[in-house]
Amino acid sequence: MELKEKFISSFLAVDDFIDSHGPIYDIRNTAIKSFEEKGFPTKKSEAWKYTALNSLLKNELSIFPKQENAVELKDVRKYFLHDIDTYKVVFVDGKYSSFLSQTTHDGVDICLLSAALSKDKYLPVIENYFNKVAPNDGMSSLNTAFAREGAYLYIPKHKEVEKPVEIINFYTGVETDLMLQPRNLIVVEENAHVQIIERHQSLSSNAVLTNSVTEIFVGARAHVDYYKIQNDQKEASLIDNTYIKQERDSIASVHTFSFGGKLTRNNLNFYQHGEHASSVMNGITLIEDTQHVDHNTLVHHIAPNCTSHQDYKGVFNDRAVGVFNGKIYVEKEAQKLDAFQQNNNILISDKATINAKPQLEIFADDVKCSHGCTIGQLDQDALFYMRARGIAEKEAKALLMYAFANNVLESVRIPELKKRINKLIALKMNVQIGFDL
Amino acid sequence: MLAIKNLHAGVEEKEILKGINLEVNPGEIHAIMGPNGAGKSTFASIIAGKEDFEVSQGQILLEGEDLADLAPEERAHKGVFLSFQYPVEIPGVTVTNFIKTAINETRKAQGLEDMPAGEMLKKIKDVAELLDIDRKFLSRSLNEGFSGGEKKRNEIFQMAMLDPKLAILDETDSGLDIDALKIVANGVNKLRSKDNAVIVITHYQRLLDYIVPDFVHVLMDGKIVKSGTKELALELESKGYDWIKEELN
Repeated sequence: MELKEKFISSFLAVDDFIDSHGPIYDIRNTAIKSFEEKGFPTKKSEAWKYTALNSLLKNELSIFPKQENAVELKDVRKYFLHDIDTYKVVFVDGKYSSFLSQTTHDGVDICLLSAALSKDKYLPVIENYFNKVAPNDGMSSLNTAFAREGAYLYIPKHKEVEKPVEIINFYTGVETDLMLQPRNLIVVEENAHVQIIERHQSLSSNAVLTNSVTEIFVGARAHVDYYKIQNDQKEASLIDNTYIKQERDSIASVHTFSFGGKLTRNNLNFYQHGEHASSVMNGITLIEDTQHVDHNTLVHHIAPNCTSHQDYKGVFNDRAVGVFNGKIYVEKEAQKLDAFQQNNNILISDKATINAKPQLEIFADDVKCSHGCTIGQLDQDALFYMRARGIAEKEAKALLMYAFANNVLESVRIPELKKRINKLIALKMNVQIGFDL
Repeated sequence: MLAIKNLHAGVEEKEILKGINLEVNPGEIHAIMGPNGAGKSTFASIIAGKEDFEVSQGQILLEGEDLADLAPEERAHKGVFLSFQYPVEIPGVTVTNFIKTAINETRKAQGLEDMPAGEMLKKIKDVAELLDIDRKFLSRSLNEGFSGGEKKRNEIFQMAMLDPKLAILDETDSGLDIDALKIVANGVNKLRSKDNAVIVITHYQRLLDYIVPDFVHVLMDGKIVKSGTKELALELESKGYDWIKEELN
């Protein structure tokens, strides 16, 4: 039986895991039909032209772990942002770990989706928001049909969450061939503010595939900063689907740091429904060997007087493959728009590849849209200049790459996180210079 | 300090330097002059270790040690400094952080600890004053958007910070107005000592009014064809290079 059929029949078989009186019963049923119709994406589809999932979609894959697996704090402590206090919503092999988490219901809800789905008091939020911005493509539908767990954040109006929220999914590797389906729902009401850090982290070298869906609703004048750290093990693959709906005067920013993993696909969509909304998406991709990172962004400008700003930097070594597919879609009502998209790439090796494809579809007549894409190599003259001043080749290369990515690093608003990412980059480049650009 | 013996070098099949001999002693200033395309900048780059050029014959000895197998950074660690004719722009790295990194990497190679932050700051402040450099300039990205004069002054700033044994100034005077030229020359003169040496590469005699050389060499077609004292520079200024060509024929 093919994987698709296997999943569909397992949905029927485990129908009992879904509370048939639950608030999302109908949504799940619609989703599995949608998955049945669309299936897994293939290279035939334009949006997946440069990223093939075939090698990951093995027939042995299973969505449900057979047992609960625990991890020791000492083994995973290093993956948390430990120099500042944070809220933590932590999952181990798809199951909530109360031991590693620090949640709250004090004025805001920072807890788990399974709890929100099972308690009546959350029903209005679930009914208003769950699956209301995620599209019904194959991968999102698969997640909607099967997702049981994830983070649930509800920040009521005028609330500012005083410390960052870390959403971390650990994978132990005790059971192989798992396809995890985490699902996050984040509702930030009017004039509220939250910072979120998300991480998927495999703890062994066993293969794992994660198909994650995150829906974020940003109310009027609300502000959400979201940081994705993708520095996973060599056999871990991630399909990340993040969908953001913005109301007027809201600000939403997503930073994606892709330093590891086997295959990473980021589907990042912004939908601007209110005037003066501002969307920011920045990324640094730094990969080697045969790693593959695909950034597929969409900004859908629906309301007038909005802005969007994209800045993606990529450095590719060995036989690494990068994809940047950035689409800006401007409705005819979205006048006075200011959209900017930049994608700069450095290929360190002759065998590395970047497929860059900016797409602008503009139906309004009074807008400012600019985009730029560069693909180059490290500047040899700059390298000689630095070496002639006593900076060794490896360090000089690293310094040039830091300088190249500096714009994006500078825009990280959590200083401890910035430090952490700086360290990750230094580690990745095997240098010990404490750059402080 | 520096001894260059029968140096032949070039790119692929093309020989650019065709047998250069030069001896520079501590405390000396040597000027190398010559027409465009004579090989002056190539000569400077080869001493600094640029890998685009291949040395086919001869030796470059610094305090008796052959530099042939040393990388550019290793030569820098041993005290060679090249002031670039065209300093490279490095957006995202400030002047201050670049020089800090350069100094501490050099100290690391010499087995020393990082320079203490206070000492570093004081040195930066002193050198910036010496060269009449605005402090704001130090927090700008290295050479990015600098005028020609600012780039050259920044080169001399780095030279003063790194305190090299052998400084090679490649066309440091180009792009400088007379006031900037005086400041740069004044800086170089203040850094002179009996232990270091300077090679000034220039087209024009003008700079040599301010940095007075002990010896002047004429480089033509990859060879030093004439050497003399500072009077030779004046003669070149008034008569050009054709008379030397004629003398050679």
